[in-house]
Amino acid sequence: MTPKRVDVRVSGLGGQGAVLVGEILGRAAVYDEKYVVQTQSYGAEARGSAARSEVIISDKEIGFPKVRKCDILVAMSQDALNKHLDDLKENGILLVDKNKVRDVPKVKAKVFSIPATEIAETASKSRIYVNTIMLGALTKITGVVSEEAAKEAIVDTVPKETIETNLESFGRGFEFVGSGD
Amino acid sequence: MTKQFPPGTYFMQGNQACAEAAIAAGCRFFAGYPITPATEIAEHLANRLPQTHGIAIQMEDELAALSAVIGASWAGAKAMTATSGPGFSLMQENIGYAFMTETPCVIADIQRAGPSTGQATKCAQGDVMQSRWGTHGDYTPIVLSPNSVQEMYSLTIRAFNLAETYRTPVIFLADEIVAHMRERIIIPPSHEIRIVNRKKPRKTDKTFFNTGKTPPMPSVGDGFNVPVTGSTHNKHGHRYTADSVVHRQLVEGLASKINKNANQITNHEDYNTENCEIIIVSYGCTSRAVYETIELAKKKGINAGSIRLKTLWPFPEKAIQTAAKNVKMILVPEMNLRQIFYEVERVVHGATPVLPMNKIGGGEMITPEELLAEIIRGVSNID
Repeated sequence: MTPKRVDVRVSGLGGQGAVLVGEILGRAAVYDEKYVVQTQSYGAEARGSAARSEVIISDKEIGFPKVRKCDILVAMSQDALNKHLDDLKENGILLVDKNKVRDVPKVKAKVFSIPATEIAETASKSRIYVNTIMLGALTKITGVVSEEAAKEAIVDTVPKETIETNLESFGRGFEFVGSGD
Repeated sequence: MTKQFPPGTYFMQGNQACAEAAIAAGCRFFAGYPITPATEIAEHLANRLPQTHGIAIQMEDELAALSAVIGASWAGAKAMTATSGPGFSLMQENIGYAFMTETPCVIADIQRAGPSTGQATKCAQGDVMQSRWGTHGDYTPIVLSPNSVQEMYSLTIRAFNLAETYRTPVIFLADEIVAHMRERIIIPPSHEIRIVNRKKPRKTDKTFFNTGKTPPMPSVGDGFNVPVTGSTHNKHGHRYTADSVVHRQLVEGLASKINKNANQITNHEDYNTENCEIIIVSYGCTSRAVYETIELAKKKGINAGSIRLKTLWPFPEKAIQTAAKNVKMILVPEMNLRQIFYEVERVVHGATPVLPMNKIGGGEMITPEELLAEIIRGVSNID
């Protein structure tokens, strides 16, 4: 069953692709014929400062566009987790990049730890794919968007020359959580 | 991508929607200087305008950017620029020149947190009064305020139509949130989009300025002998800087051209205003918190309604005056230290209490919870 409204926050460091994940997720939700708002927050620096992207997916029109309490939190750095964990709803879903987040405090949430950086570096041959690996895992775990819509959104969002590797990376994230946490 | 953007449902960023709407409205010239959070408009038009036989130029600064836009407009093109607070400040002199020369053009100001360079990537609503009074002298601007990606599209088209209808610069005053957010948007087929083009002169026409209505506008190369000057000029465009009557008629004429059509230009959205006891007057990103606030207030037994301003100027005086007669209080939330508040207070003129709610958010919006708290506080003070 699809919930009526899901608030998602994707957080990390500038350059990890948190904003792009939000964009892909939002586009996928439109392909699933949902209402969606995506916003972002980042520093003036090109990379290295805190970056986050927020996506609200709903069956109804959405007023306030910012996420206050999230159902799903993706943390791709330790700082991001420390900063945003308080905003995760009780019994929400937390996804972390195991290689970047060493310390996950005890929380009342379903926690999924994915070695996304490791998979990106070894299988996808570049760290830049860490975000689509996390997106693959997110899609499989939460079903917040359909797999088909997510893939279609990747194709329509990322630079042409990276479509194939992004789709493969999405698949790696998707499969990884399929094999158990 | 083809010349015509295919109609349909998309997931699009506000700035991109603005850029695509400009093309749909007939804009074929963009000049600008990159600045966060307006850069995507320049970026998108730099990509798209050449596909539509248009031109996009990156200029050396914002002064040159608006100069080029004004020149392009006199060459016959629909033209726009896009900037943010610091660049908007630099454009002010040329905005006055555009008013004085009755040059249709669209200036998008995507507000960020100021003063000065402030916070480049953060939202604010601090340029409201700058959009009204930024350039020197007397004039009445048209200022539009979108609150969604869909309106980044529809109000950009309206901005061009108003610029052409009244031969005047139009300020498209958006903010970082609305410009950077991505939402579902429906792009209508081109035959459903109403487009206004400027009135061209007949061969025998001799008057091109301050005719009491919108004067016809010749283009460079059309064969008319038209001086264009920011100095005081008569109906033919001839400089008359020593004549008090010519100056008075010109300045009053330029203002009244807009003022007497204010009813056609002003636009607002009412929500739950029938029988409500409190009205929230808001605009831009701040208005996005209002719908949820009204729901929250209902649960507390408070019946609140909303007037959302889609045009800031001309100011929708009548709508607010009418509403003020029937409510216990008007609340004006803004992400600045009171700008539209004083306008509301002026037109309400004591008919009902007007409460400001201001937040220098440093990037954080006014939330529905904060708005609700303010309503509850306001109600308890009145009762």
